Amino acid sequence: MAEQALSDVKVLDLTWQIAGPYCTKLLADYGADVIKIERPGTGDPARTYSPFLHDEPHPEKSGYFMYLNNNKRGITLNLKTKSGQKIFKELVKDVDIVVENFSPRVMPRLGLSYEELKKINPNLVMTSISNFGQTGPYRDYKASNLIEDAMGHTMLTRGTPDREPSKSSGDAMLYQGGNMAAAATMLALWTRDDQGICQQIDVSIMEVHLTSIDFRGTYLLSYQYAGIIAHREYGLSFGILPMGVFNTIDGFIESAITPVQWPRVIQMLEIPDLAERFPNILDMSKKEEMEAVIIPWFFERTKREVTEKAQKAKTYIMEENTPGDAVEDPHFNARGFFIEVNHPEMGTVKQPGPPFRPTENPWVLRRPAPLLGQHNSEVYCDQLGYSKQDLVKLRELGVI
Amino acid sequence: MSELPLKGIRVIDVSVVWAAPYALQLLADYGAEIIKVESLQYIPPTTRSLGFFPPKEMVPILGALGRSFPDLDPGKRPWNRLSAFNCHFRNKHSCTMDLRRPKGKEMFKRLVEISDMVIENNAAGVMDRLGLGYEVLSEWKPDIIMVSSPGFGKSGPYSNYVGFGNSMMALTGFNWIRGYRDSAPETTTTSVWLDSASGPAIAFAAMMALHHRDNTGRGQFIEFAQAENLINHIGDVVLDYTMNGRVQGTPGNRHPYSAAPYGCYRCKPESRKVRPDVFAPNQYADDQWINISVFNEKQWQGLCRVMGNPEWAHDKKFSDVLSRYQNQDELDKHIEEWTSKLDKYEVFHSLQKEGVPAGPVLDDKDAYNDPHLKDRGFFEEVTGPELGTHLYPGMTWKMSKTPGSIRKPPVRLGEDNEYVYKTLLGVSAEEYAELEKEQHIGMDYVGV
Repeated sequence: MAEQALSDVKVLDLTWQIAGPYCTKLLADYGADVIKIERPGTGDPARTYSPFLHDEPHPEKSGYFMYLNNNKRGITLNLKTKSGQKIFKELVKDVDIVVENFSPRVMPRLGLSYEELKKINPNLVMTSISNFGQTGPYRDYKASNLIEDAMGHTMLTRGTPDREPSKSSGDAMLYQGGNMAAAATMLALWTRDDQGICQQIDVSIMEVHLTSIDFRGTYLLSYQYAGIIAHREYGLSFGILPMGVFNTIDGFIESAITPVQWPRVIQMLEIPDLAERFPNILDMSKKEEMEAVIIPWFFERTKREVTEKAQKAKTYIMEENTPGDAVEDPHFNARGFFIEVNHPEMGTVKQPGPPFRPTENPWVLRRPAPLLGQHNSEVYCDQLGYSKQDLVKLRELGVI
Repeated sequence: MSELPLKGIRVIDVSVVWAAPYALQLLADYGAEIIKVESLQYIPPTTRSLGFFPPKEMVPILGALGRSFPDLDPGKRPWNRLSAFNCHFRNKHSCTMDLRRPKGKEMFKRLVEISDMVIENNAAGVMDRLGLGYEVLSEWKPDIIMVSSPGFGKSGPYSNYVGFGNSMMALTGFNWIRGYRDSAPETTTTSVWLDSASGPAIAFAAMMALHHRDNTGRGQFIEFAQAENLINHIGDVVLDYTMNGRVQGTPGNRHPYSAAPYGCYRCKPESRKVRPDVFAPNQYADDQWINISVFNEKQWQGLCRVMGNPEWAHDKKFSDVLSRYQNQDELDKHIEEWTSKLDKYEVFHSLQKEGVPAGPVLDDKDAYNDPHLKDRGFFEEVTGPELGTHLYPGMTWKMSKTPGSIRKPPVRLGEDNEYVYKTLLGVSAEEYAELEKEQHIGMDYVGV
């Protein structure tokens, strides 16, 4: 098997919940040796997150935790104790990267600020992920996926004008925060290796979304350019062709057809005289008339039929899959995208596979998410040289 | 000042629309030299325009994407002026060559020979058909890194499917769990989250490949199927299906699993209309909202304190996490009755002081005025030729020793032809003039 791209990279992972663990998951999935540190007893709060296997709440049966922590080794360590801090510093000596997503005051309060850690390991880089960043008046404020959507992203513009703003899907804001932090971490590692500069990265999830390409950057700049504040509008479109979600016989399709595609849309619809009826595709006064042609056309067909006719004509329309449909979808299955992970407590669970596929060094599932403290003896005894008796003592003292 | 992190890394940008351009923006912001390769003959849809160039009088009636030119004026070269693209054009270089003609291909080859990476997100097969697939590029430059990011990858039944982020996303299941829980899916506003999610992941893939090249001297091809990356962003929802057979629907603004109250609540109106000359239906609206998300008993107690411990909060219906989750309709009404009399920022700060997660739903003006973002110096002032001076969203993350910045305004079509052809490729003045005459080089689309 080919060596993975990050096989030479060692990460000490203090992250918890969602955003931080998604960042270190990406590093681990592409080969990094990630040691995840959890607090003794309860571990990462994500162990209490739904969905659970068969809806049975159990710290080793959270699907959320399992998915986010594949390929990591897990140890327990109480960083609030002096011994815990001492052991943490021993671990720091031997790693390239520390990733954490505590509230910004936590690491300095524990005596584990980047400046302190760098004294122990001058080659260390550190990624700190937080709701609003390491500095500024909101640095101590709490957030959630919903709040990041409101303050960082375009929630105000989603939904209909007569109702409240509508959030985006699932925990997308938090996954994206982790995704961005992984890119930032790689950049920090590169800067160290290329220029010998070690530093701390400050990832504010709010700011991650403020540069988002999904309308956020556009709208922020539109205000600067034209003084327009983006609000919720009915039927966002580029012209008179209907864009968005529409009903079919057996479900929904999403249309992204634009004026440029008009000749192809005519081919797709196979309705005579359309070119004559709509000589100017930019004529906004014809919007309702156009909708009266196209929306019923969708409604008279199945979503698959619409998708196939659209793709044959190279127009931008596709059917809406449910998350279940996506798992069963012939395309993703033909590509072997979903993979089966075998976990000692949960059995075999199907999960999303590689977000991208490097030909030189593949994405590999090497091990399932760790049980709480599963690699304590491997790390503390084999790596740091503590004895089995030491571990017993540390456990009694509540350190591990 | 220290060097930028990616100084010395040259990336050829054959990107369209938003996904790969977003990744390239990240690499550009932190110092990579991004060379956008564009063509005067081919106007790719939704890359420098919405595919058409509207006359000035039409601009105010266009939707949010189409109208956003400086002062609502498309100007002489509208392709350099639309906010939807200028938001990610900063720090990039642009050169023009017609890749469909041999001379353009030859110039592209010379550029590949002195570059580290090629990033593209054209429909699958486009680069191969141009004769510019990885096999060809790697013959020209053996350690070249190429990231190709079509929607569905290079294999499988949908590999030839075409679309924008919003339609391609539909197949991932991502769209299914958004929108209102009690309105038809048709009311959902279209979103191109696919492109957003691809940006950092493509940048991550590119950095990883650089790291690998550094270690081994080897370049490589990375196949980036955008839909598969996005499915990773709803991993928990996928596992609910594969473990429990449950197909999640949209929870609306509510927490999908357990937290309550968790929602978006109306606040005191602040009535205004910014541009009376623009057709934007909701500008009159008193569009002021606060999001509140309560995860545990401590936060609930905090919320009660800030609300002044109202009597209703002591009702048995709201006595614990479970009962609050079950009685959300009623709970939300009570909370909105309280928030609707207050300013969104006032609710925000008073709840946060008591440790309750809350946040105002910001509009574009709020973001520029936000004291936190000001304190962190997030927005950066940029002056562009043909554009004027404006504030732009700044760096996506902060690096303590090598901070990036906006060093170059949104790049105009062909703006860096002289630099690319003469300085980088060593093209003579005569040859340059010839390429201009043959319409490889220029700053205006042919036939517009």
